[in-house]
Amino acid sequence: MGGKRMIVSVAHNILSPLGMTSAENYAAVKASRSELKRHEGLWNLPEPFTASLMDREKVEDVFSEIADNKRYTFFEKIIILSAKRALEQTNIDPTSSKVLFILSTTKGNVFLLDKRETGFPKERVLLGVAARQMTEFFHNPNTPIVVSNACISGVCAQIEAMRNLESDAFDFVVTVGCDVQSAFIVSGFQSFKALSMESCKPFDANRTGLNLGDAAATIIYTRKDKITENEWVACRGAIRNDANHISGPSRTGEGSYRALKTAIGALNPDEIAFINAHGTATLYNDEMESVAIERAGLAQVPVNGLKGYFGHTMGAAGILETILSMCAIDDNNILATKGFDTIGVTHPLLFSNQNQPTDKKAFIKLLSGFGGCNAALLMAKGGASC
Amino acid sequence: MLKVYINTETVTVNDKPLVHKEKGAALLTELYRNHIGDYPKFFKMDTLSKLGFVASELLLQAEGKPRFEPREDRAVIFFNKSASLQADTAYQATIQDAENFFPSPAAFVYTLPNIVTGEIAIRNKYFGETSFIVLPDRDPQIMARQLQNAFLDPTTNSILGGWLDCTDENHFEAEIYLLNKS
Repeated sequence: MGGKRMIVSVAHNILSPLGMTSAENYAAVKASRSELKRHEGLWNLPEPFTASLMDREKVEDVFSEIADNKRYTFFEKIIILSAKRALEQTNIDPTSSKVLFILSTTKGNVFLLDKRETGFPKERVLLGVAARQMTEFFHNPNTPIVVSNACISGVCAQIEAMRNLESDAFDFVVTVGCDVQSAFIVSGFQSFKALSMESCKPFDANRTGLNLGDAAATIIYTRKDKITENEWVACRGAIRNDANHISGPSRTGEGSYRALKTAIGALNPDEIAFINAHGTATLYNDEMESVAIERAGLAQVPVNGLKGYFGHTMGAAGILETILSMCAIDDNNILATKGFDTIGVTHPLLFSNQNQPTDKKAFIKLLSGFGGCNAALLMAKGGASC
Repeated sequence: MLKVYINTETVTVNDKPLVHKEKGAALLTELYRNHIGDYPKFFKMDTLSKLGFVASELLLQAEGKPRFEPREDRAVIFFNKSASLQADTAYQATIQDAENFFPSPAAFVYTLPNIVTGEIAIRNKYFGETSFIVLPDRDPQIMARQLQNAFLDPTTNSILGGWLDCTDENHFEAEIYLLNKS
């Protein structure tokens, strides 16, 4: 397609317990692998929990090839590594003033609030200061912006990237999403009774809650006038609020419904391969998403969720799940919803625990989070379905 | 442009000082009692949400338009440096000691800076965009760029936004305003 300016993904990377490239992660997910494991006594927490955690020592081995491990926290190491591995696939000069870094995270270096942590200056707990460790590593001259909108941050960061390119403010945006698990986050979700003791079961009748996970993921976006049919276009995104409750989803799926309607625009739902839902496997989230999807007229579009492979990776989720959805369509595949077996939401949407073929070229990434926020993003390979 | 400024000692609405007696945490409660008073959920909020709630109420009272009519065209977009640091510190205190370990969901939910945008959306029935952006330091140019960019959403005609920072219960600063699509 030509003539109309489009926002295009030029490179991406995923660092997770399942691999250190997007391709490794996609292959692992396609093969139904997961590193969700039960942890007892970790971080002095009194209760066990099930989570997908990265091997800190393995990351340090890889990181030692590029910088001194002692200078950076684990969070900073994996945002730098993920951004670096994405940048290495391109000719982009990160020292250029036309390159912006956007970080999506909810809790960054929150572990530094623990009085027993003395290895780093306390100011690194500030999200902007943590983001600066990354931009200074790459000698990027611009001030990084950090999007911190709870669990929808990863899609919000991509929407901010699109806007900063559409408005000609920058030529490239390196969009990095990350959260690392800690006693702070795990105990908080435990206090909410939101965690499942076993591997999570998105949209399933027997779902009992979510699992948490570590990950960092990066997509680099640019603006192009002409693209090939193999390039991925970020078509439209929207952020909408339920205006209902700060920690409970809307019964009418208000914000997700409105975000979905805006993201779809005039597109015929028949062109959408699948909706990659938030699918946290909590009772209320999954039910709310089924209501919103049905209300938006998308009941005939297959729906999947990836939390059964990675857990909920918070600030990384929107970027990680967008990348895997692009990889899936590149492979003519709709990924299975690991953990799903028997439908457990009001609307009988098209969920499957098997990989399924597709020849369609577009998908929607949907997220929702505390604060009543919801976000949807339409992505289309080749741009024809924008 | 309608504007409200609040810090630990000063309150102005459209650059005119608003009379008050208290300072710090007590100032926000005084403003709530004298100018709002009908929203007891205020007392459950963390300091960042209290600050944003009070500032937004003063701003919308100054706007003088009918309140609480559902709308999707107004976004709520704030910036700060400290994210949810006051709430994070308060929550950390509940898990610091193994012998005194009492994590609370009511405290944990506020350990996200965007909760205040949700509080304002709920109060005013705003179904539009809500967003929170954290910067290394306050930067008017970046804030202006991001706010102008937000009008690229075709539904957004108005933004309630600005700076909203809080480091502890007694130290905070809000400078928020209403912007219209040009």
